[in-house]
Amino acid sequence: MDLNTVWFILVGVLLTGYAMLDGFDLGVGALHLFVKKDEDRRVFLNAIGPVWDGNEVWLVTGGGALFAAFPVAYATVFSGFYLAFMALLCGLIFRAVAIEFRSKEKWGWWRQMWDVGFALGSIGSSFLIGVAMGNILQGIELDARGNYIGGFLALLNPYAILLGLTTIALFAMHGSIYLVMKTEGALQVRLKRWVNRTIGIFLFFYIILNVATLVYAPHILEILRARPWLLAVFALNVLVVMNIPRQNHKGNEFAAFLSSCGAMVLLMALFGLTVYPNMVLSMPNPENSLTIYNAASTAKTHMIMLIMAIIGIPIVLAYTVSVYFIFRGKVKLTEHSY
Amino acid sequence: MDVEILSRIQFAFTVMFHYLYVPLTMGLGVVLVIMEAMWLKTGSPKYHNMARYWTRVFGLTFAIGVATGIVLEFEFGTNWAAYSRFVGDIFGSALAAEGIFAFFLESGFLAILLFGWNKVGPKLHFFATCMVCLGAHFSAVWIVIANSWMQTPAGFRIEYRGEIMPPGFVPTADQILHSRAVIEDFWAMIFNPSAMERLSHVIVGCWQAGAFLVISISAFYLLRGRHLEFARTSMKVALIFAAVASLLQLATGAKSADGVTRNQPAKLAAMEGVFSTQSNAPMAIFGWLDMEKEEVVGLQIPGMLSILVGGSTNTVVTGLDAFPKEDWPPVQAVFQFYHIMIAIGMALIGIAWFGMFLWWRGWLFNTSNPIVRAYYWILVLSVLGPQIANQTGWFTAEMGRQPWIVYGLMRTSQGLSEVVAASHVLASLIMFTFIYALLFAVFLYLLTRKIQRGPDDEEESEAMPASWVALMERRKGQARAAG
Ligand code: HDD
Ligand code: HEM
Ligand code: HEM
Repeated sequence: MDLNTVWFILVGVLLTGYAMLDGFDLGVGALHLFVKKDEDRRVFLNAIGPVWDGNEVWLVTGGGALFAAFPVAYATVFSGFYLAFMALLCGLIFRAVAIEFRSKEKWGWWRQMWDVGFALGSIGSSFLIGVAMGNILQGIELDARGNYIGGFLALLNPYAILLGLTTIALFAMHGSIYLVMKTEGALQVRLKRWVNRTIGIFLFFYIILNVATLVYAPHILEILRARPWLLAVFALNVLVVMNIPRQNHKGNEFAAFLSSCGAMVLLMALFGLTVYPNMVLSMPNPENSLTIYNAASTAKTHMIMLIMAIIGIPIVLAYTVSVYFIFRGKVKLTEHSY
Repeated sequence: MDVEILSRIQFAFTVMFHYLYVPLTMGLGVVLVIMEAMWLKTGSPKYHNMARYWTRVFGLTFAIGVATGIVLEFEFGTNWAAYSRFVGDIFGSALAAEGIFAFFLESGFLAILLFGWNKVGPKLHFFATCMVCLGAHFSAVWIVIANSWMQTPAGFRIEYRGEIMPPGFVPTADQILHSRAVIEDFWAMIFNPSAMERLSHVIVGCWQAGAFLVISISAFYLLRGRHLEFARTSMKVALIFAAVASLLQLATGAKSADGVTRNQPAKLAAMEGVFSTQSNAPMAIFGWLDMEKEEVVGLQIPGMLSILVGGSTNTVVTGLDAFPKEDWPPVQAVFQFYHIMIAIGMALIGIAWFGMFLWWRGWLFNTSNPIVRAYYWILVLSVLGPQIANQTGWFTAEMGRQPWIVYGLMRTSQGLSEVVAASHVLASLIMFTFIYALLFAVFLYLLTRKIQRGPDDEEESEAMPASWVALMERRKGQARAAG
C-alpha cells in the first residue's frame, strides 16, 4: 500500500469518526424541537453537553489532514463549494453557541430562540454535509487545473438534495438511539418509539437514494461491476441497520447504539471504497479528476504526518474513551448543566 | 470592490473576532490552574469558589472561540485556494498537527473541567484543568508556527512543474500557478527564523489578557464593596501574574522587533516610519507619517532606533527607499498600529507594577483613599488594554507582511480562489458581520450578567462531592496540627 492510499484511509477514518460521533449530536439537534417540555430539552442538550465539542474536532482535524495530505482537493472542494460551506459554517456556529447560551436565561423567548437556532443549525449542517457528499459521488465539473466551474446552483441537484435528506434522516436515527441510551422513564419510552420511526424514514430515503444512484450516477454501476464485493459491504450494512430495532426492543440500549455506529462506519466505508482512488471526480470530463496522486502533497509530508498520526491517535483514542466512560450513564440535570 | 479586498477584509474580520476569545481562554486557563492548585494545597473553599466562578466565564469564552475557529480553518480553502495549493505541503501539516495534538486534548478534558466537578476526584479534576490549559497553548504553538512560516519561510524548496528548483528560486507571476512549496527540512520549517520569538510574545500576550480580565472584575467588586474576600484573593493572584507577564512581554516584544529587523526589513521600516536608509535613525514615540514628504511628524528620540537595532548610533537602518514602492506595506497603518501596541504595553507595565507597589506599602485594598479609588477605575478599564494590544499587534504583523501572503514568495493577490466571485464573498462577509455582531452582543450581555451575579460567597455553596469534602477536612486538620 502506498502512502497516498494510507492517507486516503486516514482522512477517511477522521471523517468517519466525525460522522459517527458528531452524527448523533446533529441528530439530537434535528430532533430537538420535537420535544416541547423545557426539562426534556435540557436533557437533550446535556446528553451531548460534555462530548459535542470533542466530536466536532474530528471534522476540524479531518479538514486539517485533508489540507495537508491532499491540498489540491482541499482547495478545490472548499473554494468550489464556497456558498455551501459558508452556509455550513453558519449552521455549525449557531449550533455551537446555542448549546452554551440557551439555558443561561429563563425567559421563554430566549430559550425558544436558541432552541430554534440549535435545531436549524443541526438540520442545515447535516443537509449540507449530505449535499457535499452527493456531489462528490456524482462528480462535479472541473477544468484542467482542477478548479470547479459548475456554479453554485449546480450543486443543488436532485441527487445531492436526496443525499442531503438521507443524511438528516440518518443522523436523526443515530441521535435518537443515542438519546435512548442517555434517558430514562417516560421520555425514554417515547424516544424508543422515535427510534423505529427514524429508522423507517432513513430506510425509505436510503432505498430511493440507491435507485436514484442508478439514474443520476451511472458510473457507480461500472464501479460496482469492477468491485462486486461492495455489494457485500452493502448487505452487511443493511443487516446492521436491521439489528438496531431488535436490540432496541430487547432493551439493549448500548448494543443498539453500537449497531448504529457500525452502520455509520459501513456507510462511510461504502462511500470511500466507491470513490477511491478519486478524491474529486470530474464529470463530464473525467480526465480532469483529482485523484489521491495528482491532488497529493509530497511523500515527505505524508511520512511526517504519518509519524504524527502514529504518536497522536492512540493518545487521542485513550482520552476520548475515558471521557465517554466518565460521562456514561443517564443524564442527571444539576446546577452546572446546560 | 474586488475579490481580493473583500477576502482580505473577511479574513481579517473573522480572525480578529476569534482572537477576542482565544487570549481570554488561554489566559484564564492559566489562572484556573493556579487557583485550583491553591485550592488543592490549602483546602480553603475560597479558592474552590474562585475556580468555580472563573470556570463559568471560561466556558463562555471557550464556546465562542471554538465556534469562530472552525470558520478560519475552512477559510484557507474557501477564500485562498491558490495559496492553499501552493503551501499545502507545509502549512497543512501544521494545521493537522494542531488538530491531533491540541484540539483533541483541549476539548476532551474540557468536558471534565466543566462538567466533571461531581464525577471525578479533585486531583483528576486538577489534572484535567492542566490539560485544557496545555491544549490551548499547544494550539497557539502550531498556529503561530504556521503563521510564522508565512512571515519567514524556511525549510522548503520550490517545485515548479514537478521539478525541484535550486534554493533561492522565486516563481514569477506566470510560474506561480504551477509551483508549490515542498518540505525539505521539517525542523527548519518548525523552527523558522521568527517562530519562537513570536510564539513567546503571543503566549505572554494571552496571559496578559487573562490576568487583566480577572484584575478588572475584581477591581469592580472591590469598588462596589461586594464579594470582598473573593475579589481580594483573585486580585492578588492576578496582579502577580500580570506584573510578571507585562515585563516578559516587553522582553519578548523586543526580541520580535529584533527578528523583524533581520528577516523583514521592509516591515521594520514601516513600523518605525523610516523612509530613507540612514545611520543615527531616530525612534518615534508617537507621530503621524506625512506620506507626501515621507517624514515623521511627532515626538522622536534621535539615534535611538540605530542604538536598538545595532547597539550604536552608527548602525545603518534600512529604510523604505531600499524597496520598490509596490513592495511597501501600508506604511501609515503599520506605523500607527505598532505604536498603539507599544504604548499599551508600557502602560500595562506601569499599571501592574503600581499595583505591586501599593500592595508592598499595604495600601492596595484601602479603597477609601481617592488615589487608590482612581487607580481602581483604571484597573476596571485595563481589561481593554491587552485586547487592543493583541489586535493591533497582529495588524502590525499581518499588514506589515503585505503585499506578500508568503513573504518574498507569493503575493496576496496570487493566493486567491480563482473560482469565487466577489458577490459571494460579499454575501458571506455580510453573513459573518451579522452573526458575529449578534454573538458579541450576547457574549457581552452574559458576561455582564455573570459579573453582576458574582460568585457564591458562602462556604461550600455548590454541592461538593464527598471526596472533595474529605480532602478539605484533611487539609484543615493538617493546618490545625501545623498551626
Ligand atoms: C497583550 C498584548 C501585547 C503587548 C502588550 C505587546 N504586544 Fe507585541 N504583539 C502582540 C501582542 C502584544 C501579538 C498580538 O501577540 C503579536 C502579533 C503577532 C505576533 O507575533 O505577536 C505582536 C507583534 C509584535 C511585533 C511584530 C512581530 C512580527 O511582525 O512578526 C513586534 C515587533 C512587537 N509585537 C513588539 C512589542 C513590543 C516592543 C511591546 C512593548 C511592550 C509589545 N510588542 C507589546
Ligand atoms: C487563522 C488562524 C487560525 C485558525 C485556522 C484557527 C482554528 C481554530 C479552530 C478550528 C478552533 C476550534 C477547535 C475546536 O473545535 O475545539 C480554534 C480554537 C482555538 N484557537 Fe484558533 N485558529 C486560528 C488562530 C488562532 C491563534 C492565533 C491562536 C492563539 C494564539 C489560536 C488559539 C486557539 C485556542 C486556544 C482555541 C481553543 C478554543 C478557544 O480558545 O476558545 N487560534 N482555532
Ligand atoms: C489571531 C490573530 C490574527 C489577526 C488579528 C490577524 C489579522 C490579519 C489581518 C488584519 C489580515 C489582513 C491583512 C491585510 O490584508 O492587509 C490578515 C490576513 C491574513 N492572515 Fe492573519 N491574523 C491573525 C492570525 C493569523 C494566523 C495565525 C494565520 C495563519 C496561520 C493567519 C493567516 C492569514 C492569511 C492567510 C491572511 C490573508 C492573506 C493576506 O491578507 O495576507 N493570520 N490577518
